Amino acid sequence: MSVDRNTVARIARLARIEVPEGELEHIAGELNGILAWIEQLQAVDTTGVEPMTSAVASSLPLRADLVSDGGILDNLMANAPDPHDGFFTVPKVVE
Amino acid sequence: MSALTDLSLADALTGLAAKDFSARELATAHVEAVAAASTLNAFVVETPERALADAEASDARRARGEALPLDGIPLAIKDLFCTKGIRTTAASRILGDFTPTYESTVTSQLWRDGAVMLGKLNLDEFAMGSSNETSAFGPVKNPWRRTGDTAVLVPGGSSGGSAAAVAARLCLGATGTDTGGSIRQPAAFTGIVGIKPTYGRCSRWGIVAFASSLDQAGPMTRTVTDAALMLRSMAGHDPKDSTSANRAVPDYTKALTGDVRGLKIGIPKEYRIEGVPAEIGRLWEQGIEWLKAAGAEIREISLPHTSQSLPTYYIVAPAEASSNLARYDGVRFGARQPGRTLPEMYEKTRGAGFGREVRRRILIGTYVLSAGYYDAYYLKAQKVRSLIARDFTEAYKEVDAILAPATPSAAFAAGEKSADPLAMYLNDVFTVTANLAGLPALAVPAGLNSQGLPLGLQVIGRAFDEETVLRIGHVIEKAAAFTARPDNWWRV
Repeated sequence: MSVDRNTVARIARLARIEVPEGELEHIAGELNGILAWIEQLQAVDTTGVEPMTSAVASSLPLRADLVSDGGILDNLMANAPDPHDGFFTVPKVVE
Repeated sequence: MSALTDLSLADALTGLAAKDFSARELATAHVEAVAAASTLNAFVVETPERALADAEASDARRARGEALPLDGIPLAIKDLFCTKGIRTTAASRILGDFTPTYESTVTSQLWRDGAVMLGKLNLDEFAMGSSNETSAFGPVKNPWRRTGDTAVLVPGGSSGGSAAAVAARLCLGATGTDTGGSIRQPAAFTGIVGIKPTYGRCSRWGIVAFASSLDQAGPMTRTVTDAALMLRSMAGHDPKDSTSANRAVPDYTKALTGDVRGLKIGIPKEYRIEGVPAEIGRLWEQGIEWLKAAGAEIREISLPHTSQSLPTYYIVAPAEASSNLARYDGVRFGARQPGRTLPEMYEKTRGAGFGREVRRRILIGTYVLSAGYYDAYYLKAQKVRSLIARDFTEAYKEVDAILAPATPSAAFAAGEKSADPLAMYLNDVFTVTANLAGLPALAVPAGLNSQGLPLGLQVIGRAFDEETVLRIGHVIEKAAAFTARPDNWWRV
């Protein structure tokens, strides 16, 4: 499997990262180097092997479904780039 | 009396208890050392007022007879831990001047136990790197240089600021985090001790996430005893991290008995890797001899999937990172770039905010998780990860711990590997397995190479058996009698 500049542009779009036109080719080369190296995993026989999804075997703990926090609007907004009246803002999305 | 900055953390506690010096004097000595070492670029935020205030509070507690476990000990914090009211950046432009309104669990426990805050330490951006060259604040310089050579060397990464600060005697200990070797590799490159605890030992709450199934915080110190002291404060169950282990935290210093008689130590044959310099192999042999002489039993073991560890890591870690870093969108915090539309704002914010290595890993992660490739890459890697973990489970039926090199080389020169991602990734060849299997692993300085640079050995243990890991590390430390230290060339 090999990626070309169009694939890089597509995954950059999926990842919501602007990549300058002029860098697509170079990044494709880098990603191909890494992907070719990763490819060696295909040679490992994993028939019947369960995927490992947790570093240490454990069951997820449950807690009581209660409100334990709140009333911290100022804290939540303290680092907002462009807050208005206690709201986060984004460019207009509805015409 | 020798300089207060030369004390070990344990000796500083003894000196404070004996009233040989005050916490304020100890803090002042370190604040001055930090200010005089700006050349190293180890700190990204210095907090001298906070340090002196913490120290005065500590002196007052001690005067009342209420001294805490780490009372008056000056520490510095990797800038991946959220610190209330102190800018936290992960060394990325995208976080801008993000100033948390909360404190990470690990650091809050250090302050709970009386430690003194010196400031925030440089790192590779989002902890992605092995040389500290990907930081938005510029690279950290290793306090060590080759004998008779003034070329700048890297301190390793990603906890490079932590390693440099501890090695240069700017703090008595530092926090690090380790996702693929980010505590152990820089510890080895700077001649200090670093332990990555078992996954789940330290809470991840309030630590900027890189790869959530691999990340773990740990202490970086100049001695094994100091690491044991600091780990006790950092570790412990936290309901705010659902992967945090609900287990009692032992007094790790009690494990440092000096007695390893009868312990079975595994030597994995697959770690004899072609192309690794002979001096690494000789150091490993030396470590084996030390442990034999101390009464341990040495056994060759096999970890058959070792060679698949790095490729597995470089699928799992970028995949998790691409998901974790989706939160940096310029909406609720961080440095926003303007855009006419919402997607354009996201793309410009993330395009300008992430450095090249972070962007590369997000793109790889996005690719291996994307439709059509998920099974071939991500699912496959998770299955191979099971096999890697199983290798260790099998090995621990035969042995109590594993001895290996910490790194495939000594510290390298700045710029030497930054153009080739794959060459950089190979730095983690000996460390990444412990992250994939979730096991505790310690790097301990064991000697100098022919160019006068430190080299480290690594002890890997069973899950939640940090005690055996520390005990073995302590015996190696004593046998190695590593007293070398870098010349003070950076001091202004």
